[in-house]
Amino acid sequence: MAATPALSVEGLSVEFRTRSGIVRALDNVSFSVDKGETIALVGESGSGKSVTAYAVMGILDPAGKVTAGRAMLDGLDLLHASPSQLADVRGRKIAMIFQNPRTALNPIRPVGQQIADVLIRHGNVPRKEAPAQAVEMLRSVGITDPARRAKAYPFEMSGGMCQRVMIGIALAAKPWLLIADEPTTGLDVTTQAVIMDLVNDLASQMGMATIFITHDLALAGQRSSRIVVMHAGHVVENAPTRELSTNPRHPYTAELIAATPDSAASLDELASIPGSLPDLRRTDLPPCRYSERCPRKIDACAQPLPYAGGSISHIVACWNPLPASSEFEAKASAA
Amino acid sequence: MTTLLDVADVSKLFPVGGGPGFFTRFKRRFSGGPEALPKVHAVDDVSFTIEKGETVGLVGESGCGKSTLVRALTRLIDVSDGTIKLGERELSRKAARVFARDRDRARIQMVFQDAGESVNPRFTAFDAIADPLRRLRKLRGNALTWQVETVARQCGLPLQLLTRFPHQLSGGQRARVGIARAIAVNPELLVLDEPTAALDVSVQVVILQLLQQLKKEIGMSYLFVSHDLSVVRLLCDRVLVMYLGKVVESGPAKEVFDHPLHPYTRALVAAVPRLHENAGERLRLTGEPRSPIDPDPKVCRFYGRCPRGTDACTTAMPALRSFGSRRVACHFAEEFLPQRT
Repeated sequence: MAATPALSVEGLSVEFRTRSGIVRALDNVSFSVDKGETIALVGESGSGKSVTAYAVMGILDPAGKVTAGRAMLDGLDLLHASPSQLADVRGRKIAMIFQNPRTALNPIRPVGQQIADVLIRHGNVPRKEAPAQAVEMLRSVGITDPARRAKAYPFEMSGGMCQRVMIGIALAAKPWLLIADEPTTGLDVTTQAVIMDLVNDLASQMGMATIFITHDLALAGQRSSRIVVMHAGHVVENAPTRELSTNPRHPYTAELIAATPDSAASLDELASIPGSLPDLRRTDLPPCRYSERCPRKIDACAQPLPYAGGSISHIVACWNPLPASSEFEAKASAA
Repeated sequence: MTTLLDVADVSKLFPVGGGPGFFTRFKRRFSGGPEALPKVHAVDDVSFTIEKGETVGLVGESGCGKSTLVRALTRLIDVSDGTIKLGERELSRKAARVFARDRDRARIQMVFQDAGESVNPRFTAFDAIADPLRRLRKLRGNALTWQVETVARQCGLPLQLLTRFPHQLSGGQRARVGIARAIAVNPELLVLDEPTAALDVSVQVVILQLLQQLKKEIGMSYLFVSHDLSVVRLLCDRVLVMYLGKVVESGPAKEVFDHPLHPYTRALVAAVPRLHENAGERLRLTGEPRSPIDPDPKVCRFYGRCPRGTDACTTAMPALRSFGSRRVACHFAEEFLPQRT
């Protein structure tokens, strides 16, 4: 499918100025999402998943600065757009769901009104019709008795219900692209399944692209068609989900899969990842930020990272990747 | 094996007020006090045992009463009804405030979810670990320092970190502090309330392996509370599944997760994401949970969300029935029993 991507991020670098030095939070991050596709950004905390989303949305902390790169959405570079251009794009073309719905919602406005606000601002809905449409939106995100619930405040609802309202707000103006930042962390597995089903169903109905940020590789594997693995501000691997889960090429991805509890039969089989994330304030960071933890380190790792791999669809930023299995190699050479 | 903890028919009810305001307060005063108020049945008639050296998992969604049950049996709150026996000692008759100074306090210890929040922020790691030793073992001076350093080493906490405050430690190090302070007084039962929920997978693995190693070295029993079933499956021998204050299923962890009998357990197991599996056809739960405020004692708590529910479920509450080593509270449990050929 050679469709134009809904969003393409190219060479994004972000730095934070702090009292103890400059933190190079993102370095040369590139990926793209096609229309109607769901991709997952996976990594441990501190790997730069959320910073990537914040940079694209233009809601970085004032201490953060985009030093390079662009993020193209429908011909507009989001990283260099003016505030008024961004204000038009947000909500209408690109929307975001945050991790903690209770703090992201306005605590002193009924949830129905909060959805109506988005409809009026971005959905070209007349002021008078907005409340009724907000109730419809609540119904479509699966809230029972939506007319009564529209008058409720966020604190009167459970975590799962608040997350549904957030999804309602994000999808009210039918955006092209939805960024979901850990939408189900802190929810129960049963609620998590329901919320993820809801996002997937609505996204496929609207033909919307989704970037799904999570630290749960198992959840990403189940819900996305492509996984982008991040480590310390670098994209280390970017591959179709099935290929990545059965044949990881980057050593870090392989370790991450080995540490996921669902894949092991006993606790002894689970592998831990030695070492920890490097301090991103260091000025002598090696080109590959994983190399100091890496069991497969070779001399070539001192050179700038290669962004290549078996095929165009499977990108590995590693000089000494794990071998590709024959199944996918055959597919890559045939393509 | 000998039974370490025997919990029988424990219930915990919380009265819920009629709301603020002068009139409701006035009414409450003259209508029989808190006894007459509606009550949340947080834990309803729960019985189970933990053997010496056993790891029992407690799973269920938020609001099912896991935490209330745990707080009741670690004697942080008082129970409304039922008995809790630790070895030969009956604990439930003693008020929680009094039990805090009891000689048996040290026998049950707890590891909380996030040590960053459960440890006094103005205590260094050393003080945090030393606190229970000072209070319960009356250790002072060199003996105290020696014991704190021994436990820290046992938990893989570098000694130079002992002078740091919680906010100066990483998530994994905080988890180690939380475990170290709990095992410092050599408890027989360690209750772990989602100890790895706030950790990344790579750190989670290390902490889980630490827990397993400590169990081998010290021979404690664990009650492991979690909603992450893939972790419970790896760590626990036996598992209890709770739904709205009731235990709906229990049994050996592997059997329960491979062949769940209760519809709720089946939904729970189906909801666990798996890396190599697509989210296509799974059992989906619909509807909202029933209210835990004065629930109808005749209606099954899961009715309304249950895909198998019939009218029979609204006339008789299913009791826990035994099937070999397992117990299930469902009228239709037989339907899901694995066929023995």
